[in-house]
Amino acid sequence: MSETQVFSMPKVWNADVHTHYCPGCTHGVAHRLVCEAIEELGIQDRTIGLAPVGCAVLMHQYLALDMMEAAHGRAPAAATGIKAVRPDKIVFTYQGDGDLASIGMGEIVHMMNRSLPLTVIFINNAIYGMTGGQMAPTTLLGQKSTTSPAGRDAKVNGYPIRMSEMLATLAGPAYIERVALTQPKYIIKAKQAVLKAFKNQVDGKGVSFVELLSTCPTNWGMRPLDACKWLEENMIPYYPLGVFKDFQ
Amino acid sequence: MARSLMKGTEAIAEAAIQAGCKYFFGYPITPQNEIPEYMSAHLPKAGGMYVQGESEVASINMVMGGAATGYRVMTTSSSPGISLMSEGISYIAMAELPCVIVNISRGGPGLGNILPAQADYRQATSGGGHGDYNVIVLAPGNLQEAVDLTQDAFALSQKYRNPVMILADGFMGQMMEAVEIKPRQAEDPSTNADWALGWWKERGDKHLTIYSMHLDPDKLEPHNTRLQEKYARIRANEVRFEHFMVDDAELVITAYGTTSRVCRSAINNLRAEGYKVGMVRPITLWPFPTAGYSNLPKSVKGILDVEMSAAFQMVDDVRLATLCDLPIATAGRWGGYSPTVRQIEEKCKELLKNNQE
Repeated sequence: MSETQVFSMPKVWNADVHTHYCPGCTHGVAHRLVCEAIEELGIQDRTIGLAPVGCAVLMHQYLALDMMEAAHGRAPAAATGIKAVRPDKIVFTYQGDGDLASIGMGEIVHMMNRSLPLTVIFINNAIYGMTGGQMAPTTLLGQKSTTSPAGRDAKVNGYPIRMSEMLATLAGPAYIERVALTQPKYIIKAKQAVLKAFKNQVDGKGVSFVELLSTCPTNWGMRPLDACKWLEENMIPYYPLGVFKDFQ
Repeated sequence: MARSLMKGTEAIAEAAIQAGCKYFFGYPITPQNEIPEYMSAHLPKAGGMYVQGESEVASINMVMGGAATGYRVMTTSSSPGISLMSEGISYIAMAELPCVIVNISRGGPGLGNILPAQADYRQATSGGGHGDYNVIVLAPGNLQEAVDLTQDAFALSQKYRNPVMILADGFMGQMMEAVEIKPRQAEDPSTNADWALGWWKERGDKHLTIYSMHLDPDKLEPHNTRLQEKYARIRANEVRFEHFMVDDAELVITAYGTTSRVCRSAINNLRAEGYKVGMVRPITLWPFPTAGYSNLPKSVKGILDVEMSAAFQMVDDVRLATLCDLPIATAGRWGGYSPTVRQIEEKCKELLKNNQE
């Protein structure tokens, strides 16, 4: 190693802000990856982001970007509206699993199918965070939440939805990958995926979707490190990491 | 463009294009399908884009995204579709974004039917969705007015950064009349850089957030207050109505849109027979033209409210506008029917006879 790298905050990150995220939450890592990708591509001044309803609704306070707070689940529709008018802009949505896979299922499917060049950052932490730990469409079978206190029961609640696999059945999308944020080896891959999802849009390559398996220690009722372990032992077997679609 | 015979829906669509609207987001619903069809054929030629949403819910959120860029955008729908859009309209009002929404209204409640009705007055004039907000509601009484109001709607929405709705029942959408559609200059969208997304450089290398939420009551309360101050300015400055043969009238009909046309014919016939009948026709439904009722001549002994609504949804606003000083009768048809000229004539004669007794 001949080069010394100094750790610094990305310039897309607003100076001197502290997030409202709980200790151990991986939203911070996900935000940083988005910031780094935008900075590396040099697109800060032409990027427009859609914040979801959910914990990340306040992300515009942390990112120095043009942003709008979308209605619950509707960020893909709002992004479509922006991109239709301003095809020269880089437009992304950042959505949680309740926002994207429950109330916004229709919007994400049709946005992915329309395949306007857009980027989706999908945070899958298998629970509703902001509202206090209710069952999400991605909650695992048997996983306890405040609305599945005895654990998710497939008979009543159905099965957890694998969004990446489902969206990969569409002809439209350019790129779909699932990554995790629990340890450096996964985060390095996650960074490449987020970067690629933005670069595809810069190159006009259609719609890209990155699913980031994330932790929610507060609502899972775990210490942060236990949450990382739980994710790797329980979520990755059901939500396998990998590339589900990649048009070159 | 020379005067030409056009269908209401197509006239509204062309008027919007001539007013600089190049982006349309919508979902099919009868009786307004000619508007998205027209837009899908003409916007690509105008250098714009038509996007068919997967639902009215998606369409109005596409409108919100498009509006957030500072360009002129619109959507159109009919009653059940407007119900689905109401959440999004509330967000757009909260975020103070300009857009134009057209409701070619039909029978309700529920799926109702696809025939004309005026049963969405309350929904439109209350804003439709949740929270303290209003949309400006314009109700054309003929197709030239539909053209002019559609173009005015873009200017008003820009002036107040607020959604504007054209409320025209299915008859207005489906009838044909001669119209003249003139091009109207749209503002340069980059002049909206202080509130619109995507103008980083024009704004001086600063980023911008469009909010649909203020968690802190110290932010939401003043925002609510400021919105109400805006609505007060709209009430003070944008009221429109027509007085027709009101000066010596003993009976004043009040009606908007299609029913005002029926009433106009009835009044002409009644006048020919010597009956002193006039009409107050609201053109802005919100803000409601209270001024149209507050200075009626002393000769007026009563009001007849005519609507294609079983609930006579406008009558409460008329009562408030007249401070309940005058007796108000009602007449109409609903469920897809319009009242006939003869029905209105007979109702007027009956009321005038009772006044004399």
